[in-house]
Amino acid sequence: MDVVASLTMIQAINQALDLALATDERVMVLGEDVGPNGGVFRATEGLYEKYGGQRVVDTPLAESAIVGSAVGLALGGMRPVAEIQFLGFIFEAMDQMSTQASRLRFRSQGRHHVPLVVRAPYGGGVRTPEIHSDSLEALFSHLPGLKVVTPSTPYDAKGMLLASIRDPDPVLFLEPMRLYRAGRQEVPEAWYEVPLGEARVVRTGDDVTLIAYGPMVPVAEAAADSLASAGISAEVVDVRTLSPLDLETLTQSVTKTGRAVIVHEAQRTGGLGAEIAASLQERAFLSLEAPITRVTGYDTPFPMPALEDWWLPDVERVKAAAEFVLHY
Amino acid sequence: MNPLEEFPLIQVLNEEGQLVGDRSQISDDQLTEFLRWFTVLRTLDQRAWNLQRQGRIGTYPPFSGQEATQVGVAAALSPEDWLCGSYRDWAALIYRGVPLFYPLLSSMGHPAAGYLPDAVQALPVQVVIAAQILHAVGLAWAAKLQGQARVAVSLFGDGATSQGDFHEALNLASVMSAPTVFVCQNNRWAISVPIERQMHSQTVAQRAVAYNIEGLRVDGNDILAVYQTMKRVVERVRAGQGPVLVEAVTYRLGAHTTADDPTRYRPRDLDERLRQGEPLARLRRYLLAHGIVSDEEVAQMEEEAKALVDEAVRQAEAFPPSPPESVFDHVYGELTPQLREQRAEMARRVSSGEPGGGRRG
Ligand SMILES: Cc1ncc(C[n+]2csc(CCOP(=O)(O)OP(=O)(O)O)c2C)c(N)n1
Ligand SMILES: [Mg+2]
Repeated sequence: MDVVASLTMIQAINQALDLALATDERVMVLGEDVGPNGGVFRATEGLYEKYGGQRVVDTPLAESAIVGSAVGLALGGMRPVAEIQFLGFIFEAMDQMSTQASRLRFRSQGRHHVPLVVRAPYGGGVRTPEIHSDSLEALFSHLPGLKVVTPSTPYDAKGMLLASIRDPDPVLFLEPMRLYRAGRQEVPEAWYEVPLGEARVVRTGDDVTLIAYGPMVPVAEAAADSLASAGISAEVVDVRTLSPLDLETLTQSVTKTGRAVIVHEAQRTGGLGAEIAASLQERAFLSLEAPITRVTGYDTPFPMPALEDWWLPDVERVKAAAEFVLHY
Repeated sequence: MNPLEEFPLIQVLNEEGQLVGDRSQISDDQLTEFLRWFTVLRTLDQRAWNLQRQGRIGTYPPFSGQEATQVGVAAALSPEDWLCGSYRDWAALIYRGVPLFYPLLSSMGHPAAGYLPDAVQALPVQVVIAAQILHAVGLAWAAKLQGQARVAVSLFGDGATSQGDFHEALNLASVMSAPTVFVCQNNRWAISVPIERQMHSQTVAQRAVAYNIEGLRVDGNDILAVYQTMKRVVERVRAGQGPVLVEAVTYRLGAHTTADDPTRYRPRDLDERLRQGEPLARLRRYLLAHGIVSDEEVAQMEEEAKALVDEAVRQAEAFPPSPPESVFDHVYGELTPQLREQRAEMARRVSSGEPGGGRRG
């Protein structure tokens, strides 16, 4: 029988890193405060003590140096797992992410590839100071050559992180900050992988599909609960891999329900919701009973904490959107 | 080159509060004023910590221990000079005229804290490490292009010196001869990472050599050293003699922020040693020993500080909340069609009494 433990998402991530370091000596963790401090969220707690400062590395404070050198480390035979302390600070490394990590395979016509994982906490709901809550997944999903994934449960966090570490291509692994300690789940202690590129049907339903990912999955689930008490059956799909999208699972669901609401924290304009909606109408046009609708952050920078509750999509807004498509 | 010899620590008041250098540029009255400021600032900082623990404000980055650098730098500037600092630099901003309640408002997550009073020539506190250093170069460059006798000062931490932005700023300012003063507050840690892991240079100041600008290293816990050095530096820079890098060696007495636990990474004995000579105790000791202030005056300063901070807390907590829909108002100079629509939607949600909005501010 599998050994399992009840873990929070941050513990599941810590366990995945621990397992990867123990299993594969090429794996190393690098970033700001990941060493003795164990990461500002404790994702790397205990790893420095266990694996030493050559494999769990506090770097100088420079994101471009972290990602750029991790590209070199990956090319040189290591398996770096880099941490960007908060996703908002990845802009410092944007060039290395976009013109380098994601393109080396293409530029070298397959000679080189970059097995690199960049982990970063993201998203709102925890009242951080400025810049710490940004959701930037759309910027990265726009970059060919880079995979973008985000778990919403402890089980998926561990399985997707291990799959990301094993993946031959660069993966941006986005960790919803507000779910780090939001709940526990049974997680096997052994190595297991949740394949990248596969969405997950969280619950089945017939009337409308709520499509969400990362921090918005629990919001969509709560909305589905609330709709259920009004006699509406909502299917909830967790996208999980944002690039490449699992359009098959999404299309199947929407073909069945005929209605879709896409929920994400990121700003609306040019957000992933637009991409998903466009793809779905191309693939399921004749099954649609209503326009595909988005519930998103507004087109402003992420606000200061005092206003964030009004800014973030919440159950009320998701329900209102579901009712809109149901009564269209 | 032996950097420690090339860039000796400039000190006027040693850790024991004894005069070891020249203080001719600074009067007794001014020193007393500095002590008054330190007392107010320290009281505010400690109150902020407590308020966070009580859940009345959010994350707060304390500046205790760095008052001498921040006040010394600010005091050496003219009102028209620019100051570009980080989240930890409220002490400098307050000295320049930002009301005491601003850092509290900021940690309450209030958008209004971003708008510093017009009379204060300073950019909003910077969260992105090292970004403001380049802004200072541009502000200085603009002043030069327009024939203004203004300098721009950037405050940043030791961690910031690892960013490309720091090196790019020094190089650019040097090439353009932009009247910039770069002040690194080397408080020896960047969150948990000690300076020895941040760089293998022995000093920050020696980096000036590579960019062919002047570099200085000053005891950042010694207000006499910081103030007098900065006075000279600012004059030089204002006179068009090129940018200067000042390393102020200091120590953060508290945690990185209220979300941090420094006992995880700062050995206790080292912490105890580095707290010796912190700026407030040092200055007070000197002033008391020389009869420049009396115990009664010190006690009175503390009373006054407490009253000022009480009032600041009151002001912060009484500050009117921003209407939620105001989040749209400063994205562009004018609302775009999309933002106008979204603003109306939010206003509808607010006025319909929708429960989602939770805490407001
Ligand atoms: C670009 C960027 N990366 C990471 C962070 C997270 N972070 C906030 S403060 C800090 C350490 C800064 O250290 P230092 O420059 O020495 O300034 P201090 O906090 O000591 O004043 C880090 C890593 C950030 N704010 N910006
Ligand atoms: Mg520092």
